Amino acid sequence: MTKADTLPIHTEEDIVRVRQMTRSLAQQSGLNLVDQTKIVTAASELARNTLVYGGGGHVILERLQDAGRAGLRLTFEDQGPGIADIELALRDGYTSGKGLGLGLSGAKRLSNEFHIDSRVGEGTTVSIIKWKS
Amino acid sequence: MSTGFRQTDERSLSDILIRHETEIASAWISEQASLISHRPDLLTETELRQQSRALLSEITSAARMDPSLNLANSAWKATRDLLSEISRSRALAGFSPAETASFVFSLRGALMDRLQTVYEEDARSLAAAMRSCSTFVDQLGLVTTSTVLKTREELIKKQQEEMLELSTPVVRLFDGVLCLPLIGTLDSARTQVVMESLLQKIVETGSTIAIIDITGVPTVDTLVAQHLLKTVSAARLMGAECIVSGIRPQIAQTIVHLGVELHNVATKATLADALALAMQKRGLTIQRVNKQA
Amino acid sequence: MERIPILKQGDLLLVSVQVDMHDQLALNLQDDLTQRIVRDNARGVLIDISALDMVDSFIGRVLDNIATMSRILDAETVVVGIQPAVAITLVELGITLPNIRTALNIESGIALLRRLLPTPDGDADDQS
Repeated sequence: MTKADTLPIHTEEDIVRVRQMTRSLAQQSGLNLVDQTKIVTAASELARNTLVYGGGGHVILERLQDAGRAGLRLTFEDQGPGIADIELALRDGYTSGKGLGLGLSGAKRLSNEFHIDSRVGEGTTVSIIKWKS
Repeated sequence: MSTGFRQTDERSLSDILIRHETEIASAWISEQASLISHRPDLLTETELRQQSRALLSEITSAARMDPSLNLANSAWKATRDLLSEISRSRALAGFSPAETASFVFSLRGALMDRLQTVYEEDARSLAAAMRSCSTFVDQLGLVTTSTVLKTREELIKKQQEEMLELSTPVVRLFDGVLCLPLIGTLDSARTQVVMESLLQKIVETGSTIAIIDITGVPTVDTLVAQHLLKTVSAARLMGAECIVSGIRPQIAQTIVHLGVELHNVATKATLADALALAMQKRGLTIQRVNKQA
Repeated sequence: MERIPILKQGDLLLVSVQVDMHDQLALNLQDDLTQRIVRDNARGVLIDISALDMVDSFIGRVLDNIATMSRILDAETVVVGIQPAVAITLVELGITLPNIRTALNIESGIALLRRLLPTPDGDADDQS
């Protein structure tokens, strides 16, 4: 049973809105405070990537109910230039722009499940899941 | 296969249940008393009678509303609730799962005896009624078993939580100095809970120094050592300092072998040394008031 | 343009971040603080982020920049009130803010700044 919301990511204010919506859905999913903070922070990193590197896009937020487990899935999609070397992009400290280069790798560490799909010239999709512990 | 035919058979079983409630109850109670699983030490004869009669009375009133004897139907809610309640109380009283299940399974024998008396002349109807009887008792059995399992799970979860609370006391040693004495084997989940409660206590008490004493910890693995380090870093971000005390020689060796870097962390051999360091950092000294004492 | 207010108390600048900062707002704070350090001849900067329920790598980097820039301008920066959940997340993210001094709350933050700052002019300086 899932219910999905979609938010656009085209301005810096949109990143703040993504954080706030993520926080509210994480609370509704029963995540504890630390897990809420982790998924909100991961959402912030990925939303900024979508804006800065993907040239804007959107995020789909879904509450998950799977075999008694509750969780939250966020899927960030853009039609930007894509990532040529995903393995390199996932390395700590790698950056092609502003930030500490912890965006992708950090978001991965803060989530329970992480999936990235990117094609050069077509865009990038990153999806993360945080389960209620 | 015609559903009408089955309907008739089930109606028969329900009719028999309703018409012979008293006889079935007595047969069932004596059946239970003769079982090895009968536990007069946990349940008195009177209670056994009361529970059996109450459940059977719920069954017959539900059978009047729903002769198909399908426990999933809403007519059976009261029966399911009562059976769950009885199963739950037995599980908590110390009955084994098998003993608890035999409560409803023994109803099968009582019912079958009754069916045999009623359908003496009619083998075909008897076979069909036996089948319905089996299905019906199995449904009751499933309710009991799942309740017993759920009760046990709840019990285990509660005990785990209690143990976690008992094993993670964050104590105030002195004004501004907290201590977390860790005892027993640390797994990753427990370490995480302990560390979160330590950080929370730091904020609540406004303590600037936290001593993590691991004298009572026999071994640590990489994950636990990393949790420990992360806690020290998180505390530093919050504005508090951690001192790790009571590192056993074995753990010191493990830490070095694992390649975990501890050089940014203040470590002391004993809790006493750690406390002395904490006092020094707080600018405090301990003095003997009376030299004769 | 939206700005976070900066208060002056003696030779200290005090900032309390009460809103969920978007990136430009954080960068504005960085600009404003460096200018105010010079203009007000401030010796210490205290940033209270106890109201923030999240600090990501961008805000982390801005805080780190503020500390490094103010050190160049001869001022000490102390960040206070980082919440436990925020601290745990920062560490998990790989951010330890090594250039930043921290304290539990505003009171201990000011005490820390007072200890860090030499007062060659004596106590009278504190009355200003």
